[in-house]
Amino acid sequence: MTSVTTEAYEAAFDAAVAADERIEPRDWMPEAYRATLIRQMAQHAHSEIIGMQPEANWITRAPSLRRKAILMAKVQDEAGHGLYLYSAAETLGVSRDELLDKLHTGRQKYSSIFNYPTLTWADVGAIGWLVDGAAITNQVPLCRCSYGPYARAMVRVCKEESFHQRQGYELLLALSKGTPAQHAMAQDAVDRWWWPSLMMFGPPDDASAHSAQSMAWKIKRHSNDELRQRFVDICVPQAESLGLSLPDPDLRWNEERGHHDFGAIDWSELTEVIKGNGPCNEQRLGQRRRAHEEGAWVREAAAAHAAKRRTAQHTEPREATA
Amino acid sequence: MDTAAALALGDDALVLSHRLGEWAGHAPVLEEEVALANIALDLLGQARVLLSLVGDEDELAYLREERAFRNLQLVEQPGGDFAHTIARQLYFSGYQYLLYERLAADGGPLSGLAAKAVKEVAYHRDHAEQWTTRLGDGTQESHRRMQRACDALWRYTGEMFRPVEGLGLDAEDWVLLDAAWTARVTEVLTGATLTVPEGPRADAWSAGGGREGLHTEPFGRMLAEMQHLHRSHPGASW
Repeated sequence: MTSVTTEAYEAAFDAAVAADERIEPRDWMPEAYRATLIRQMAQHAHSEIIGMQPEANWITRAPSLRRKAILMAKVQDEAGHGLYLYSAAETLGVSRDELLDKLHTGRQKYSSIFNYPTLTWADVGAIGWLVDGAAITNQVPLCRCSYGPYARAMVRVCKEESFHQRQGYELLLALSKGTPAQHAMAQDAVDRWWWPSLMMFGPPDDASAHSAQSMAWKIKRHSNDELRQRFVDICVPQAESLGLSLPDPDLRWNEERGHHDFGAIDWSELTEVIKGNGPCNEQRLGQRRRAHEEGAWVREAAAAHAAKRRTAQHTEPREATA
Repeated sequence: MDTAAALALGDDALVLSHRLGEWAGHAPVLEEEVALANIALDLLGQARVLLSLVGDEDELAYLREERAFRNLQLVEQPGGDFAHTIARQLYFSGYQYLLYERLAADGGPLSGLAAKAVKEVAYHRDHAEQWTTRLGDGTQESHRRMQRACDALWRYTGEMFRPVEGLGLDAEDWVLLDAAWTARVTEVLTGATLTVPEGPRADAWSAGGGREGLHTEPFGRMLAEMQHLHRSHPGASW
Protein backbone atom coordinates (compact mmCIF):
# COMPACT_ATOMS: atom_id res chain seq x y z
CA MET A 1 0.00 0.00 0.00
CA THR A 2 1.44 3.40 -0.89
CA SER A 3 1.62 6.09 1.75
CA VAL A 4 -0.92 8.13 -0.16
CA THR A 5 -3.54 5.39 0.15
CA THR A 6 -2.69 4.82 3.81
CA GLU A 7 -3.27 8.48 4.41
CA ALA A 8 -6.61 8.30 2.64
CA TYR A 9 -7.64 5.29 4.75
CA GLU A 10 -6.54 7.05 7.89
CA ALA A 11 -8.52 10.13 6.96
CA ALA A 12 -11.62 8.03 6.30
CA PHE A 13 -11.19 6.24 9.65
CA ASP A 14 -10.72 9.51 11.54
CA ALA A 15 -13.76 11.00 9.83
CA ALA A 16 -15.90 7.98 10.67
CA VAL A 17 -14.86 8.13 14.35
CA ALA A 18 -15.43 11.89 14.44
CA ALA A 19 -18.92 11.44 12.97
CA ASP A 20 -19.74 8.77 15.61
CA GLU A 21 -20.04 6.09 12.96
CA ARG A 22 -19.25 2.51 13.88
CA ILE A 23 -16.05 0.86 12.73
CA GLU A 24 -16.82 -2.66 11.47
CA PRO A 25 -14.50 -5.70 11.16
CA ARG A 26 -13.90 -5.25 7.43
CA ASP A 27 -13.14 -1.54 7.67
CA TRP A 28 -9.57 -0.36 7.62
CA MET A 29 -8.33 0.59 11.07
CA PRO A 30 -4.96 1.67 12.49
CA GLU A 31 -2.95 -1.20 13.93
CA ALA A 32 -2.75 0.53 17.30
CA TYR A 33 -6.57 0.82 17.41
CA ARG A 34 -6.87 -2.89 16.65
CA ALA A 35 -4.28 -3.77 19.31
CA THR A 36 -5.97 -1.59 21.92
CA LEU A 37 -9.34 -3.19 21.26
CA ILE A 38 -7.91 -6.71 21.39
CA ARG A 39 -6.24 -5.93 24.71
CA GLN A 40 -9.37 -4.40 26.19
CA MET A 41 -11.87 -6.95 24.86
CA ALA A 42 -9.65 -9.88 25.87
CA GLN A 43 -9.23 -8.47 29.35
CA HIS A 44 -12.98 -8.04 29.55
CA ALA A 45 -13.66 -11.61 28.36
CA HIS A 46 -11.06 -13.01 30.77
CA SER A 47 -12.68 -11.06 33.62
CA GLU A 48 -16.02 -12.69 32.85
CA ILE A 49 -14.67 -16.23 33.03
CA ILE A 50 -12.35 -15.68 36.01
CA GLY A 51 -15.20 -13.78 37.64
CA MET A 52 -17.26 -16.98 37.65
CA GLN A 53 -15.00 -18.46 40.32
CA PRO A 54 -15.67 -16.28 43.39
CA GLU A 55 -19.41 -16.66 42.93
CA ALA A 56 -19.37 -20.32 41.92
CA ASN A 57 -17.66 -20.76 45.30
CA TRP A 58 -21.14 -20.34 46.85
CA ILE A 59 -23.39 -22.26 44.43
CA THR A 60 -23.18 -25.49 46.42
CA ARG A 61 -23.84 -23.66 49.69
CA ALA A 62 -26.58 -21.22 48.63
CA PRO A 63 -28.98 -21.03 51.60
CA SER A 64 -32.30 -21.35 49.73
CA LEU A 65 -33.32 -22.96 46.46
CA ARG A 66 -34.47 -19.61 45.08
CA ARG A 67 -31.06 -18.06 45.78
CA LYS A 68 -29.34 -21.09 44.33
CA ALA A 69 -31.28 -20.78 41.08
CA ILE A 70 -30.50 -17.06 40.82
CA LEU A 71 -26.80 -17.60 41.50
CA MET A 72 -26.50 -20.45 39.00
CA ALA A 73 -28.21 -18.32 36.37
CA LYS A 74 -25.86 -15.44 37.09
CA VAL A 75 -22.70 -17.53 36.83
CA GLN A 76 -24.08 -19.01 33.62
CA ASP A 77 -24.63 -15.49 32.26
CA GLU A 78 -20.97 -14.73 32.94
CA ALA A 79 -19.89 -17.73 30.88
CA GLY A 80 -22.22 -16.43 28.16
CA HIS A 81 -20.66 -12.96 28.33
CA GLY A 82 -17.25 -14.58 27.98
CA LEU A 83 -18.49 -16.32 24.85
CA TYR A 84 -19.84 -13.13 23.22
CA LEU A 85 -16.72 -11.18 24.07
CA TYR A 86 -14.29 -13.80 22.77
CA SER A 87 -16.39 -13.97 19.60
CA ALA A 88 -16.36 -10.18 19.29
CA ALA A 89 -12.56 -10.22 19.74
CA GLU A 90 -12.27 -12.87 17.01
CA THR A 91 -13.60 -10.32 14.52
CA LEU A 92 -10.25 -8.57 14.99
CA GLY A 93 -8.30 -11.59 13.81
CA VAL A 94 -7.34 -13.36 17.03
CA SER A 95 -8.65 -16.76 18.13
CA ARG A 96 -10.17 -17.68 21.49
CA ASP A 97 -7.38 -20.25 21.94
CA GLU A 98 -4.67 -17.60 21.52
CA LEU A 99 -6.40 -15.32 23.99
CA LEU A 100 -6.86 -18.08 26.55
CA ASP A 101 -3.22 -19.00 26.17
CA LYS A 102 -2.27 -15.40 26.93
CA LEU A 103 -4.47 -15.45 30.00
CA HIS A 104 -3.02 -18.75 31.21
CA THR A 105 0.56 -17.57 30.73
CA GLY A 106 -0.07 -14.21 32.41
CA ARG A 107 0.48 -12.13 29.26
CA GLN A 108 -3.06 -10.74 29.44
CA LYS A 109 -4.86 -9.60 32.56
CA TYR A 110 -8.32 -9.84 34.04
CA SER A 111 -9.98 -7.42 36.42
CA SER A 112 -8.11 -7.33 39.74
CA ILE A 113 -11.36 -7.32 41.70
CA PHE A 114 -11.62 -11.09 41.23
CA ASN A 115 -8.42 -11.59 43.17
CA TYR A 116 -10.35 -10.95 46.38
CA PRO A 117 -11.99 -13.90 48.18
CA THR A 118 -15.71 -14.52 48.78
CA LEU A 119 -15.62 -15.39 52.46
CA THR A 120 -19.32 -15.41 53.33
CA TRP A 121 -22.67 -15.69 51.57
CA ALA A 122 -23.06 -11.90 51.84
CA ASP A 123 -20.08 -11.51 49.49
CA VAL A 124 -22.31 -12.81 46.71
CA GLY A 125 -24.59 -9.84 47.40
CA ALA A 126 -21.74 -7.36 47.67
CA ILE A 127 -20.31 -8.54 44.35
CA GLY A 128 -23.69 -8.06 42.70
CA TRP A 129 -24.36 -4.65 44.19
CA LEU A 130 -20.89 -3.11 44.13
CA VAL A 131 -18.77 -5.04 41.62
CA ASP A 132 -21.49 -5.46 39.03
CA GLY A 133 -22.65 -1.93 39.78
CA ALA A 134 -19.15 -0.59 39.05
CA ALA A 135 -18.95 -2.79 35.96
CA ILE A 136 -22.23 -1.35 34.64
CA THR A 137 -21.04 2.21 35.26
CA ASN A 138 -17.95 1.36 33.20
CA GLN A 139 -19.77 -0.61 30.54
CA VAL A 140 -22.88 1.39 29.71
CA PRO A 141 -20.75 3.95 27.82
CA LEU A 142 -19.13 1.04 25.93
CA CYS A 143 -22.49 0.40 24.25
CA ARG A 144 -21.56 3.52 22.23
CA CYS A 145 -17.96 2.41 21.65
CA SER A 146 -16.67 3.13 18.13
CA TYR A 147 -16.06 -0.56 17.36
CA GLY A 148 -19.37 -2.11 16.24
CA PRO A 149 -19.05 -5.74 17.44
CA TYR A 150 -17.87 -4.64 20.90
CA ALA A 151 -20.64 -2.05 21.23
CA ARG A 152 -23.31 -4.56 20.24
CA ALA A 153 -21.98 -7.25 22.60
CA MET A 154 -22.07 -4.69 25.39
CA VAL A 155 -25.75 -3.88 24.84
CA ARG A 156 -26.65 -7.45 25.73
CA VAL A 157 -24.06 -7.74 28.51
CA CYS A 158 -25.32 -4.55 30.18
CA LYS A 159 -28.94 -5.75 30.23
CA GLU A 160 -27.90 -8.88 32.07
CA GLU A 161 -25.49 -7.01 34.35
CA SER A 162 -28.28 -4.75 35.49
CA PHE A 163 -30.24 -7.84 36.57
CA HIS A 164 -27.13 -9.05 38.41
CA GLN A 165 -26.76 -5.74 40.19
CA ARG A 166 -30.40 -5.79 41.31
CA GLN A 167 -30.17 -9.35 42.63
CA GLY A 168 -27.09 -8.39 44.65
CA TYR A 169 -28.87 -5.40 46.14
CA GLU A 170 -31.94 -7.48 46.93
CA LEU A 171 -29.80 -10.23 48.52
CA LEU A 172 -28.07 -7.67 50.77
CA LEU A 173 -31.39 -6.06 51.66
CA ALA A 174 -32.75 -9.44 52.84
CA LEU A 175 -29.63 -9.90 54.99
CA SER A 176 -29.62 -6.35 56.30
CA LYS A 177 -33.24 -6.68 57.42
CA GLY A 178 -32.70 -10.23 58.68
CA THR A 179 -31.25 -11.50 61.95
CA PRO A 180 -28.44 -9.57 63.69
CA ALA A 181 -25.97 -12.20 62.44
CA GLN A 182 -27.18 -11.75 58.86
CA HIS A 183 -26.97 -7.96 59.14
CA ALA A 184 -23.41 -8.19 60.46
CA MET A 185 -22.52 -10.52 57.59
CA ALA A 186 -23.83 -7.97 55.08
CA GLN A 187 -21.97 -5.07 56.68
CA ASP A 188 -18.72 -7.02 56.81
CA ALA A 189 -19.01 -7.85 53.10
CA VAL A 190 -19.65 -4.22 52.14
CA ASP A 191 -16.70 -3.12 54.29
CA ARG A 192 -14.40 -5.49 52.42
CA TRP A 193 -15.67 -4.87 48.88
CA TRP A 194 -16.14 -1.07 48.88
CA TRP A 195 -12.56 0.08 48.28
CA PRO A 196 -11.63 -2.64 45.78
CA SER A 197 -14.81 -1.69 43.86
CA LEU A 198 -13.67 1.95 43.62
CA MET A 199 -10.36 0.72 42.22
CA MET A 200 -12.20 -1.05 39.41
CA PHE A 201 -12.36 2.27 37.53
CA GLY A 202 -8.60 2.17 37.15
CA PRO A 203 -5.90 4.60 38.20
CA PRO A 204 -6.60 8.34 38.51
CA ASP A 205 -6.79 10.17 35.18
CA ASP A 206 -3.32 11.71 35.47
CA ALA A 207 -1.77 8.26 35.94
CA SER A 208 -3.80 6.26 33.38
CA ALA A 209 -1.57 4.91 30.63
CA HIS A 210 -4.16 4.25 27.91
CA SER A 211 -6.90 6.75 28.62
CA ALA A 212 -6.16 9.68 26.34
CA GLN A 213 -5.76 7.69 23.12
CA SER A 214 -8.82 5.53 23.91
CA MET A 215 -10.91 8.65 24.47
CA ALA A 216 -9.75 10.08 21.14
CA TRP A 217 -10.75 6.85 19.40
CA LYS A 218 -14.10 6.83 21.20
CA ILE A 219 -13.42 3.41 22.63
CA LYS A 220 -13.69 5.12 25.97
CA ARG A 221 -16.19 7.93 26.53
CA HIS A 222 -15.58 9.12 30.08
CA SER A 223 -12.47 9.35 32.23
CA ASN A 224 -11.76 6.93 35.10
CA ASP A 225 -12.28 9.62 37.72
CA GLU A 226 -15.57 10.78 36.17
CA LEU A 227 -16.96 7.25 36.23
CA ARG A 228 -15.71 6.62 39.76
CA GLN A 229 -17.46 9.79 40.96
CA ARG A 230 -20.68 8.76 39.21
CA PHE A 231 -20.52 5.36 40.94
CA VAL A 232 -19.97 6.85 44.41
CA ASP A 233 -22.90 9.23 43.87
CA ILE A 234 -25.15 6.31 42.91
CA CYS A 235 -24.05 4.09 45.82
CA VAL A 236 -24.44 6.51 48.73
CA PRO A 237 -28.26 6.70 48.70
CA GLN A 238 -28.49 2.98 47.92
CA ALA A 239 -26.37 2.16 50.98
CA GLU A 240 -28.76 4.26 53.06
CA SER A 241 -31.80 2.35 51.77
CA LEU A 242 -29.96 -0.88 52.51
CA GLY A 243 -29.36 0.22 56.08
CA LEU A 244 -25.62 -0.38 55.64
CA SER A 245 -22.73 2.04 56.00
CA LEU A 246 -19.85 2.60 53.59
CA PRO A 247 -16.42 2.31 55.21
CA ASP A 248 -15.18 5.83 54.49
CA PRO A 249 -15.18 8.51 57.25
CA ASP A 250 -14.49 11.21 54.63
CA LEU A 251 -17.56 10.44 52.56
CA ARG A 252 -19.88 13.47 52.51
CA TRP A 253 -22.03 15.52 50.15
CA ASN A 254 -20.29 18.54 48.65
CA GLU A 255 -22.95 21.12 47.84
CA GLU A 256 -20.61 23.23 45.75
CA ARG A 257 -19.47 20.40 43.48
CA GLY A 258 -22.86 18.68 43.46
CA HIS A 259 -21.07 15.40 44.19
CA HIS A 260 -19.96 13.32 47.15
CA ASP A 261 -16.40 13.83 48.34
CA PHE A 262 -14.68 10.61 49.33
CA GLY A 263 -11.47 9.52 51.02
CA ALA A 264 -8.11 8.85 49.40
CA ILE A 265 -7.78 5.49 47.67
CA ASP A 266 -4.80 3.34 48.61
CA TRP A 267 -3.37 2.85 45.12
CA SER A 268 -0.45 0.82 46.41
CA GLU A 269 -2.95 -1.97 47.11
CA LEU A 270 -4.12 -2.02 43.50
CA THR A 271 -0.52 -2.01 42.29
CA GLU A 272 0.26 -5.01 44.49
CA VAL A 273 -2.82 -6.94 43.34
CA ILE A 274 -2.01 -6.23 39.68
CA LYS A 275 1.55 -7.43 40.26
CA GLY A 276 0.13 -10.77 41.39
CA ASN A 277 0.23 -10.27 45.14
CA GLY A 278 -3.51 -10.13 45.81
CA PRO A 279 -5.14 -12.67 48.10
CA CYS A 280 -6.36 -14.98 45.29
CA ASN A 281 -4.25 -14.34 42.17
CA GLU A 282 -2.58 -17.74 42.21
CA GLN A 283 -5.74 -19.56 43.19
CA ARG A 284 -7.84 -18.02 40.38
CA LEU A 285 -5.30 -18.49 37.62
CA GLY A 286 -4.43 -21.93 38.97
CA GLN A 287 -8.03 -23.12 38.80
CA ARG A 288 -8.43 -21.69 35.31
CA ARG A 289 -5.29 -23.44 34.05
CA ARG A 290 -6.27 -26.68 35.73
CA ALA A 291 -9.78 -26.65 34.21
CA HIS A 292 -8.19 -26.01 30.80
CA GLU A 293 -5.55 -28.73 31.16
CA GLU A 294 -7.94 -31.29 32.60
CA GLY A 295 -10.37 -30.55 29.78
CA ALA A 296 -7.77 -30.96 27.02
CA TRP A 297 -8.72 -34.58 26.35
CA VAL A 298 -12.38 -33.57 25.93
CA ARG A 299 -11.56 -30.85 23.39
CA GLU A 300 -9.20 -33.22 21.56
CA ALA A 301 -11.92 -35.88 21.44
CA ALA A 302 -14.46 -33.42 20.03
CA ALA A 303 -11.98 -32.31 17.35
CA ALA A 304 -11.03 -35.91 16.49
CA HIS A 305 -14.68 -36.92 16.23
CA ALA A 306 -15.51 -33.96 14.00
CA ALA A 307 -12.57 -34.85 11.73
CA LYS A 308 -13.79 -38.46 11.47
CA ARG A 309 -17.26 -37.22 10.52
CA ARG A 310 -15.83 -35.00 7.80
CA THR A 311 -13.76 -37.85 6.38
CA ALA A 312 -16.75 -40.20 6.44
CA GLN A 313 -18.87 -37.68 4.55
CA HIS A 314 -16.23 -37.25 1.87
CA THR A 315 -15.70 -40.96 1.32
CA GLU A 316 -19.35 -42.05 1.23
CA PRO A 317 -20.28 -43.15 -2.28
CA ARG A 318 -22.52 -40.71 -4.07
CA GLU A 319 -25.96 -41.88 -5.02
CA ALA A 320 -26.33 -42.48 -8.70
CA THR A 321 -28.29 -39.76 -10.40
CA ALA A 322 -30.19 -40.08 -13.63
CA MET B 1 -50.40 -35.48 45.68
CA ASP B 2 -48.59 -38.64 46.64
CA THR B 3 -45.68 -37.64 48.84
CA ALA B 4 -43.44 -40.59 48.00
CA ALA B 5 -43.71 -39.95 44.27
CA ALA B 6 -43.07 -36.20 44.49
CA LEU B 7 -40.10 -36.74 46.78
CA ALA B 8 -38.61 -39.44 44.57
CA LEU B 9 -38.72 -37.36 41.41
CA GLY B 10 -38.06 -34.06 43.20
CA ASP B 11 -35.01 -35.39 45.03
CA ASP B 12 -33.58 -36.86 41.82
CA ALA B 13 -33.78 -33.43 40.20
CA LEU B 14 -32.51 -31.57 43.27
CA VAL B 15 -29.49 -33.79 43.81
CA LEU B 16 -28.43 -34.03 40.18
CA SER B 17 -28.80 -30.27 39.82
CA HIS B 18 -26.46 -29.84 42.77
CA ARG B 19 -23.89 -32.23 41.31
CA LEU B 20 -23.97 -30.41 37.96
CA GLY B 21 -23.61 -27.08 39.78
CA GLU B 22 -20.26 -28.32 41.06
CA TRP B 23 -18.91 -27.95 37.52
CA ALA B 24 -19.25 -24.15 37.49
CA GLY B 25 -15.82 -22.73 36.73
CA HIS B 26 -14.32 -26.16 36.03
CA ALA B 27 -15.81 -27.22 32.67
CA PRO B 28 -13.51 -28.31 29.82
CA VAL B 29 -14.78 -25.64 27.42
CA LEU B 30 -16.81 -22.45 27.79
CA GLU B 31 -19.80 -23.82 25.86
CA GLU B 32 -20.07 -26.59 28.47
CA GLU B 33 -20.09 -24.07 31.31
CA VAL B 34 -23.26 -22.73 29.71
CA ALA B 35 -24.76 -26.12 28.86
CA LEU B 36 -24.17 -27.81 32.24
CA ALA B 37 -25.50 -24.78 34.11
CA ASN B 38 -28.52 -24.77 31.86
CA ILE B 39 -29.31 -28.40 32.62
CA ALA B 40 -28.73 -27.82 36.33
CA LEU B 41 -31.16 -24.89 36.25
CA ASP B 42 -33.84 -26.91 34.48
CA LEU B 43 -33.50 -29.65 37.07
CA LEU B 44 -33.59 -27.22 39.95
CA GLY B 45 -36.77 -25.73 38.53
CA GLN B 46 -38.35 -29.19 38.35
CA ALA B 47 -37.23 -29.96 41.90
CA ARG B 48 -38.76 -26.77 43.27
CA VAL B 49 -42.14 -27.52 41.68
CA LEU B 50 -42.16 -31.12 42.88
CA LEU B 51 -41.03 -30.41 46.44
CA SER B 52 -43.49 -27.54 46.76
CA LEU B 53 -46.32 -29.96 45.96
CA VAL B 54 -45.72 -31.73 49.25
CA GLY B 55 -44.21 -29.12 51.59
CA ASP B 56 -41.88 -26.15 51.93
CA GLU B 57 -39.12 -26.52 49.35
CA ASP B 58 -36.38 -25.17 51.61
CA GLU B 59 -37.38 -27.22 54.64
CA LEU B 60 -37.36 -30.31 52.47
CA ALA B 61 -34.05 -29.51 50.81
CA TYR B 62 -32.14 -28.17 53.78
CA LEU B 63 -33.57 -29.76 56.91
CA ARG B 64 -34.01 -33.42 56.04
CA GLU B 65 -31.38 -35.91 57.12
CA GLU B 66 -29.66 -38.12 54.61
CA ARG B 67 -31.91 -41.11 55.32
CA ALA B 68 -35.04 -39.10 54.45
CA PHE B 69 -33.93 -38.36 50.87
CA ARG B 70 -35.59 -40.52 48.20
CA ASN B 71 -33.33 -39.90 45.19
CA LEU B 72 -31.67 -42.59 43.12
CA GLN B 73 -28.12 -43.43 44.07
CA LEU B 74 -27.11 -42.72 40.46
CA VAL B 75 -27.70 -38.97 40.73
CA GLU B 76 -25.73 -38.56 43.96
CA GLN B 77 -22.55 -40.09 42.51
CA PRO B 78 -19.70 -37.55 42.48
CA GLY B 79 -18.94 -35.88 39.15
CA GLY B 80 -15.63 -37.61 38.49
CA ASP B 81 -14.14 -36.63 35.15
CA PHE B 82 -16.25 -35.20 32.33
CA ALA B 83 -16.89 -38.74 31.02
CA HIS B 84 -18.48 -39.75 34.33
CA THR B 85 -20.71 -36.70 34.24
CA ILE B 86 -21.75 -37.50 30.68
CA ALA B 87 -22.41 -41.16 31.49
CA ARG B 88 -24.53 -40.14 34.48
CA GLN B 89 -26.43 -37.71 32.22
CA LEU B 90 -26.87 -40.34 29.52
CA TYR B 91 -28.36 -42.87 31.92
CA PHE B 92 -30.48 -40.45 33.90
CA SER B 93 -31.82 -38.21 31.13
CA GLY B 94 -32.79 -41.28 29.10
CA TYR B 95 -34.78 -42.58 32.07
CA GLN B 96 -36.28 -39.21 32.94
CA TYR B 97 -37.33 -38.59 29.35
CA LEU B 98 -39.20 -41.90 29.07
CA LEU B 99 -40.82 -41.52 32.48
CA TYR B 100 -41.97 -37.93 31.92
CA GLU B 101 -43.19 -38.74 28.45
CA ARG B 102 -45.32 -41.50 29.97
CA LEU B 103 -46.56 -39.30 32.83
CA ALA B 104 -47.36 -36.42 30.46
CA ALA B 105 -49.61 -38.71 28.44
CA ASP B 106 -51.63 -40.24 31.26
CA GLY B 107 -53.44 -37.16 32.61
CA GLY B 108 -52.45 -37.92 36.22
CA PRO B 109 -51.48 -35.37 38.90
CA LEU B 110 -47.97 -34.89 37.48
CA SER B 111 -48.92 -34.72 33.83
CA GLY B 112 -48.70 -30.93 33.62
CA LEU B 113 -45.26 -30.80 35.13
CA ALA B 114 -44.12 -33.79 33.09
CA ALA B 115 -45.32 -32.24 29.82
CA LYS B 116 -43.24 -29.14 30.46
CA ALA B 117 -40.23 -31.00 31.81
CA VAL B 118 -40.07 -33.53 28.99
CA LYS B 119 -39.23 -30.71 26.57
CA GLU B 120 -36.28 -29.67 28.71
CA VAL B 121 -35.17 -33.25 29.22
CA ALA B 122 -35.23 -33.89 25.47
CA TYR B 123 -32.41 -31.35 25.25
CA HIS B 124 -30.54 -32.91 28.20
CA ARG B 125 -30.72 -36.31 26.55
CA ASP B 126 -29.58 -34.94 23.21
CA HIS B 127 -26.64 -33.22 24.91
CA ALA B 128 -25.61 -36.44 26.69
CA GLU B 129 -26.01 -38.60 23.61
CA GLN B 130 -23.97 -36.26 21.44
CA TRP B 131 -21.15 -36.16 23.97
CA THR B 132 -21.27 -39.93 24.42
CA THR B 133 -20.78 -40.25 20.68
CA ARG B 134 -17.94 -37.72 20.57
CA LEU B 135 -16.10 -39.20 23.51
CA GLY B 136 -16.71 -42.83 22.56
CA ASP B 137 -15.68 -42.26 18.96
CA GLY B 138 -13.10 -39.52 19.53
CA THR B 139 -9.56 -40.36 20.62
CA GLN B 140 -8.23 -43.53 22.27
CA GLU B 141 -8.06 -41.73 25.57
CA SER B 142 -11.61 -40.40 25.39
CA HIS B 143 -12.87 -43.84 24.38
CA ARG B 144 -11.13 -45.44 27.34
CA ARG B 145 -12.46 -42.84 29.78
CA MET B 146 -16.01 -43.02 28.44
CA GLN B 147 -16.06 -46.80 28.58
CA ARG B 148 -14.76 -46.76 32.13
CA ALA B 149 -17.43 -44.24 33.18
CA CYS B 150 -20.25 -46.20 31.53
CA ASP B 151 -19.06 -49.37 33.25
CA ALA B 152 -18.68 -47.73 36.66
CA LEU B 153 -22.20 -46.28 36.72
CA TRP B 154 -23.96 -49.26 35.16
CA ARG B 155 -24.71 -50.86 38.52
CA TYR B 156 -26.82 -47.82 39.43
CA THR B 157 -29.14 -48.09 36.44
CA GLY B 158 -31.36 -50.97 37.58
CA GLU B 159 -32.74 -48.91 40.45
CA MET B 160 -34.34 -46.45 38.05
CA PHE B 161 -36.93 -49.05 37.08
CA ARG B 162 -37.98 -50.17 40.53
CA PRO B 163 -41.63 -49.10 40.84
CA VAL B 164 -42.32 -45.77 42.57
CA GLU B 165 -45.61 -45.69 44.46
CA GLY B 166 -48.14 -43.05 43.54
CA LEU B 167 -47.21 -42.47 39.91
CA GLY B 168 -50.08 -44.60 38.61
CA LEU B 169 -47.75 -47.00 36.82
CA ASP B 170 -48.05 -50.75 37.24
CA ALA B 171 -45.30 -53.36 37.25
CA GLU B 172 -45.60 -53.93 33.53
CA ASP B 173 -45.16 -50.22 32.79
CA TRP B 174 -41.83 -50.25 34.56
CA VAL B 175 -40.71 -53.29 32.60
CA LEU B 176 -41.61 -51.49 29.38
CA LEU B 177 -39.76 -48.34 30.45
CA ASP B 178 -36.70 -50.42 31.26
CA ALA B 179 -36.83 -52.15 27.89
CA ALA B 180 -37.19 -48.85 26.01
CA TRP B 181 -34.32 -47.34 28.01
CA THR B 182 -32.05 -50.33 27.40
CA ALA B 183 -32.76 -50.29 23.69
CA ARG B 184 -31.95 -46.60 23.37
CA VAL B 185 -28.79 -46.72 25.49
CA THR B 186 -27.60 -49.79 23.60
CA GLU B 187 -28.07 -47.97 20.31
CA VAL B 188 -26.19 -44.88 21.49
CA LEU B 189 -23.31 -46.80 23.06
CA THR B 190 -22.93 -49.08 20.06
CA GLY B 191 -23.01 -46.12 17.70
CA ALA B 192 -20.28 -44.53 19.80
CA THR B 193 -18.12 -47.68 19.37
CA LEU B 194 -18.57 -48.41 23.09
CA THR B 195 -19.46 -51.76 24.64
CA VAL B 196 -22.71 -52.06 26.56
CA PRO B 197 -21.61 -52.88 30.12
CA GLU B 198 -22.26 -56.43 31.25
CA GLY B 199 -22.27 -56.11 35.04
CA PRO B 200 -25.38 -56.61 37.17
CA ARG B 201 -28.05 -53.92 37.19
CA ALA B 202 -30.43 -55.31 39.80
CA ASP B 203 -29.42 -57.80 42.40
CA ALA B 204 -27.35 -58.18 45.53
CA TRP B 205 -24.26 -56.41 44.18
CA SER B 206 -25.95 -53.51 42.48
CA ALA B 207 -27.33 -50.28 43.88
CA GLY B 208 -30.96 -49.96 44.72
CA GLY B 209 -31.75 -48.43 48.09
CA GLY B 210 -32.05 -44.75 47.20
CA ARG B 211 -35.84 -44.76 47.11
CA GLU B 212 -35.84 -46.21 50.65
CA GLY B 213 -33.37 -43.62 51.92
CA LEU B 214 -30.25 -45.78 51.70
CA HIS B 215 -27.53 -43.76 50.06
CA THR B 216 -23.84 -43.99 49.23
CA GLU B 217 -21.07 -42.42 51.31
CA PRO B 218 -20.42 -39.38 49.11
CA PHE B 219 -24.03 -38.26 49.55
CA GLY B 220 -23.61 -37.39 53.22
CA ARG B 221 -20.75 -35.02 52.43
CA MET B 222 -22.72 -33.48 49.60
CA LEU B 223 -25.60 -32.73 51.97
CA ALA B 224 -23.24 -31.40 54.63
CA GLU B 225 -22.00 -28.81 52.16
CA MET B 226 -25.43 -28.02 50.74
CA GLN B 227 -27.19 -27.65 54.10
CA HIS B 228 -24.48 -26.07 56.24
CA LEU B 229 -25.27 -22.38 55.80
CA HIS B 230 -29.03 -22.79 55.98
CA ARG B 231 -28.78 -24.87 59.17
CA SER B 232 -26.31 -22.43 60.76
CA HIS B 233 -29.00 -19.73 60.92
CA PRO B 234 -32.15 -21.48 62.19
CA GLY B 235 -35.31 -19.65 61.23
CA ALA B 236 -33.56 -16.98 59.14
CA SER B 237 -34.95 -15.94 55.77
CA TRP B 238 -32.69 -15.41 52.81
